[in-house]
Amino acid sequence: MKYLDEFRAREPVQRCAAEIRRVVTRPWTLMEVCGGQTHSIVKHSLEALLPPDISLIHGPGCPVCVTPVDMLDKAHQIAADPRVIFCTFGDMLRVPGSTTDLFGVKARGADVRIVYSPLDVLEIAAANPDREVVFFAVGFETTAPANAMAVYQAKLRKLGNVSMLVSHVLVPPAIAAILSSSTNRVQGFLAAGHVCAIMGTREYIPLAQQYRVPIVVTGFEPLDILQGVLMCVRQLEQGRHEVENQYSRVVAEAGNNHAKGMIAEVFTVVERGWRGIGSIPASGLGLSDAYRDFDALKRFHVEESNPADVGECISGEVLQGIRKPNQCPAFGTRCTPEHPLGATMVSSEGACAAYYHYRSPTPT
Amino acid sequence: MSETPADPGMHCPAPKHVEQVTLAHGGGGRLTHSLVRDIFAKAFVNETVHDGHVEVVSARRIATTVDGYVVRPMFFPGGDIGSLAVNGTVNDLAMCGARPECLTAGFIIEEGTGFEVLRRIAESMAGAARTAGTRIVAGDTKVVERGKGDGVYITTSGFGVCEHELDIHPRSIRAGDAVILSSDVGRHGMAVMSAREGLSFESQLRTDCRSLWTGVAALIAAGVPIRCLRDLTRGGLATGVIELAAAAELEITLEESSIPVAPAVQSACELLGFDPLYVANEGCFVAVVPGDQADKTVDTLRSVDGFEQAVRIGTVTDARPGQVSLRTKLGTLRNMMMLSGEQLPRIC
Repeated sequence: MKYLDEFRAREPVQRCAAEIRRVVTRPWTLMEVCGGQTHSIVKHSLEALLPPDISLIHGPGCPVCVTPVDMLDKAHQIAADPRVIFCTFGDMLRVPGSTTDLFGVKARGADVRIVYSPLDVLEIAAANPDREVVFFAVGFETTAPANAMAVYQAKLRKLGNVSMLVSHVLVPPAIAAILSSSTNRVQGFLAAGHVCAIMGTREYIPLAQQYRVPIVVTGFEPLDILQGVLMCVRQLEQGRHEVENQYSRVVAEAGNNHAKGMIAEVFTVVERGWRGIGSIPASGLGLSDAYRDFDALKRFHVEESNPADVGECISGEVLQGIRKPNQCPAFGTRCTPEHPLGATMVSSEGACAAYYHYRSPTPT
Repeated sequence: MSETPADPGMHCPAPKHVEQVTLAHGGGGRLTHSLVRDIFAKAFVNETVHDGHVEVVSARRIATTVDGYVVRPMFFPGGDIGSLAVNGTVNDLAMCGARPECLTAGFIIEEGTGFEVLRRIAESMAGAARTAGTRIVAGDTKVVERGKGDGVYITTSGFGVCEHELDIHPRSIRAGDAVILSSDVGRHGMAVMSAREGLSFESQLRTDCRSLWTGVAALIAAGVPIRCLRDLTRGGLATGVIELAAAAELEITLEESSIPVAPAVQSACELLGFDPLYVANEGCFVAVVPGDQADKTVDTLRSVDGFEQAVRIGTVTDARPGQVSLRTKLGTLRNMMMLSGEQLPRIC
């Protein structure tokens, strides 16, 4: 496939890895922000191509993994309402709340449907005027424009039976939170290419300057990631801390103005809880006043859940790069994709699931 | 954000595990295996590692198998539930090295199902049986109330005859054997996905659903000493090979660059975030043969209509019993694990 095969080819990847080995003179710790990058790194065993001085740690950029438990519990309550058709992206189905997951709710009779585009939700709503159609709007800046467009269109089309359970999160506040933590080890970031395709690169400049870290906007294929590492390491070796763009075939400095306009039209920045991490101010998106009527939490009565069972899951530390998945004592034994202790073992982009599928020995 | 790892805010509560069937139990992965192993195999028989069972009847070796078909939508590009129900069972017999002698079919039909739908399915089954050189000799129909089924479910059982002395079974696999793939992977799963309600995308993809017996018969006729065969249905190539490695207690190493994937399948998989090696097939198998028979196996298969892309994709070793590793296109090595359930379209 054009734009994929070139970035998965053996020769350029090996050449880039050799250049990284040539440039590196001392240990550096980098974080790839996005779960898609983590998945690619582990799936292609890219760390095997890097010199031992380069340590990659896996960031919080998996929307499935950071959706807070109380939001999942609310989703499960709404989905269980017999009036509701509950629409969701596929990989939310397995994510455990405090008592069940959407697969379990569906098995008990709920009408839970996988959609690929949030705009499909509008067609489902139009075809089922006597049902309430709820969409679980999760994700980073990448999915926000399409989700915003769905709400915008619902209002235009006067679809009164559509609502959204919104749990959107933003990348820059998460990077700031990691960098301001006393346990931070990250010296450079590979920023998430698709997020920047929407938002552009400028909002990362103050972060790079304030915390004196290089931030390289990076794509998702093996060659993208190694080029991102090379650009990041070159900056570190030269004592620079700038925002650079490896993923220039997709990302423009200003981002996508139409998409940003749609986000601004429908959403407003809010405080948001992050699973395993806690609440971060101004780190998420919620529906703005003009679109409040489409808020599922206003339309359905849901009980506040009180997820209290801490257990032994260390996903909060994994999501902040403090520990790696295989440093968890439960990894691959008491915690598996069938019986996950946390969301990072569930999503295909979760660091624990990626390690489990591609790196671990067979569990006992 | 929490400042230290010990912060009580930094946790992820464990879900309480409830024992009930979820859709993930139908995905062909580890949950499917645990369902079969813990409930049915425990109650009925002691072996679940092969596609069918060979019984000696009056000194002749007779293979039997049974399979249920619930595919949605019932009609998809290149096939339907009827052709699938015939070919799926023919192929399970073929994987025992058995010529498909005859099939039986049971239908669970939902009240209100149109006769036209049933006619299309029946004609499709008859056509598939003719093509596979077998007959449907007995059947049963049951009708359930509207809302208690979903159109038509079909169960077919098959009886085949082994006309050779080979022990085609995972227990016959040896270190040094070669793994041969019969054709490109992922067509069926992506064709069905492209037709599924609410997840439609434009595509020219058609299922690869067909009888595998012609390919297997050619190998037997050519005198290839087949060790084992496995059709790559639910869970795809990866799951099939992982099952073989586990049953044989040997390691299988696959070469990613040698595994053919059609560009349309690759594109659809990229779009949805799927790995084509885990996508279902209905006209594709692997043959494990002695290493020195690899070329003959590939040449023989390529001479049969529909198997022109046959290729060696891997080798059996005794390094890590029960494991499968993949040499990626980049030259790195990684483990392959069975999925938990079905692959799900990802968020972004």
